Amino acid sequence: MILATNKMAKTLFEKVWDAHVVTEIKGGPSILYIDKHLIHEVTSPQAFAGIEKRGIPLFRKQNILATADHNVPTKNQNQPIKEALSKFQVDKLIENCERHGLPLYGLGHPFQGIVHVIGPELGATLPGMTIVCGDSHTSTHGAFGSIAFGIGTSEVEQVFATECLMQSKPKTMKIEINGTLGKGVLSKDIILYIIAKISASGGTGYFVEYSGSAIRSLSMDARMTICNMSIEMGARGGMIAPDETTFEYIKGREFAPKGAKWDEALAYWKTLFTDADATFDKVLTYDAADIEPMITYGTNPGMGIKISANVPSAKDLTDESAKAGLLKSLEYMGLEQGSKLVGKKVNYVFIGSCTNSRIEDLRLVAEFVKGKKKADNVIAWIVPGSKKVEQQAQKEGLDKILLEAGFELREPGCSACLGMNEDKIPKGEYCVSTSNRNFEGRQGPGSRTFLASPLTAAATAINGYISDVRDFKN
Amino acid sequence: MDKFTTIKSTVVPLQVEDIDTDQIIPARFLKATTREGFGDNLFRDWRFDENNNPKDFILNNAAYKGQVLVAGRNFGCGSSREHAAWAIHDFGFKVVISSFFADIFKGNALNNGLLPVQVSDKFLKTIFDKVTADKNAEIIVDLVNQTVTIGGESEKFEINDYKKTCMINGYDDIDYLLSIKDKIEEYEKGSKYLKIVS
Repeated sequence: MILATNKMAKTLFEKVWDAHVVTEIKGGPSILYIDKHLIHEVTSPQAFAGIEKRGIPLFRKQNILATADHNVPTKNQNQPIKEALSKFQVDKLIENCERHGLPLYGLGHPFQGIVHVIGPELGATLPGMTIVCGDSHTSTHGAFGSIAFGIGTSEVEQVFATECLMQSKPKTMKIEINGTLGKGVLSKDIILYIIAKISASGGTGYFVEYSGSAIRSLSMDARMTICNMSIEMGARGGMIAPDETTFEYIKGREFAPKGAKWDEALAYWKTLFTDADATFDKVLTYDAADIEPMITYGTNPGMGIKISANVPSAKDLTDESAKAGLLKSLEYMGLEQGSKLVGKKVNYVFIGSCTNSRIEDLRLVAEFVKGKKKADNVIAWIVPGSKKVEQQAQKEGLDKILLEAGFELREPGCSACLGMNEDKIPKGEYCVSTSNRNFEGRQGPGSRTFLASPLTAAATAINGYISDVRDFKN
Repeated sequence: MDKFTTIKSTVVPLQVEDIDTDQIIPARFLKATTREGFGDNLFRDWRFDENNNPKDFILNNAAYKGQVLVAGRNFGCGSSREHAAWAIHDFGFKVVISSFFADIFKGNALNNGLLPVQVSDKFLKTIFDKVTADKNAEIIVDLVNQTVTIGGESEKFEINDYKKTCMINGYDDIDYLLSIKDKIEEYEKGSKYLKIVS
């Protein structure tokens, strides 16, 4: 006899998704209502132009949060932007926000910062929401138990016009990490480990829920790092069920619900978890004890290894196109098959981006470099994710520690993650970077990126070559 | 959006896997505030060196031209930049064929009249083989019947009915969404979340 499965049992994803379906088209997509729309200067101008051309107003301007982050300089932000095209794009955002009556947390505003850093820290990101932005790292906000994903500019225009998107429901995947993380292992290592296991396309078509004791033990900042890189395995987004850690983080923030609204919100948020007998399309389970500090060697985020391991060799691969991909990557990176990465001289270290620029990242780095000095060959940039992070770092005296260690503490922005401003890694140079993409030329034409955690980046800056943080005595 | 039914064209084969949107259009070229002109910088760093001299790359090879770009698995991964779809379309392509597409790129392409056609790994190899044997081999992409044909070999491809109708008629999603505004407002009245934050 087949036992009837409990049709009412739902995953976290299904609960949030179902609560946002306005209507469905038979054999086609669902019409999904969007609660929060984050915008920045790069992917919004054509969408503003689009609704203006159609003569339609913004449908729900109170749902929009705007900032300038991709193009902004990270030095002398109080002066006009020097790079003409960057200035033009940032000015266009100012104009568009003014014309449509939108508040803008742009340069000079105490809330300014990377869009995926400021949403959570302002309490604008809340559990159970649908959140979109013309930016693939919108997946970051899933750390709060929201459905958050990146969209194209045509979709930005749709949300401007109707607060809705037409979306086909993705498949669901659970990734469970149980156990205790080893010494020197951060949440960045967890996500680089997962992507190395399942490849840069292993999550395509899925929405991921991360669970397990290792995930539960993480702070919100650390959880955001994991959800942030969900897109790097192709997943549309990744989410973590909200718990006391989440509620504690949100409580009291600028835009968080207060008083009776808080109580009502909290009661609702506590229903946001995957029911015991709900099923996923795919389940993966890993042991936290197997995760080491991770580093990438190639030109997509799936090309990662444990820092103690050797770069793969083509002879170990069976698939012809995988071999070709490996050789192409290693040629670009200037690396030998089977070589060790630890000890490789590196002249640039970048700590920042929507992946790792939150206060906890700065604290970890400051604690590690305290009393140490960066190697002479290294240029080390540390770029806080927002004005609030910058201010908090100053309040805690982290700025002094970092400066004494020889790090250059910059002003908030996306910076060398994608080099849309002046912060570019020169051609042929290596950079150990806490950002999210090691694509060819991502950090500047010809730049070569090793993705790693803030601790691995800091250790590398101190030694001047790729280093295993576990080799340090303190 | 342009209407799309059938394309018959020669093929530009780009036999590389995991092509990310940073290669399709590097970030430093995303500073325009209109949708036009991105084709000039399509695959910029694969096409040109730092002195703007052409490199040995398929788009610089006059022997290969056409409205159909064929690329390796996992095409369009990475950034959500719609500029990638704009650049490919602006360059003159109407179809991209691969054996696997990144989700956001696929959506962006469909929203711009650029048809992403997902074929099997086997058929992708067939296409590459046919074009290697004959640069002038023509491919037929028939959206109405959902078939792609080259050198007498054919394969069906999937597309959801709604998107197919949009492509054939040149409709935008936004036209549809605007037509159901009353339903959206009705939804808002019952929204749990809107009650919490309002």
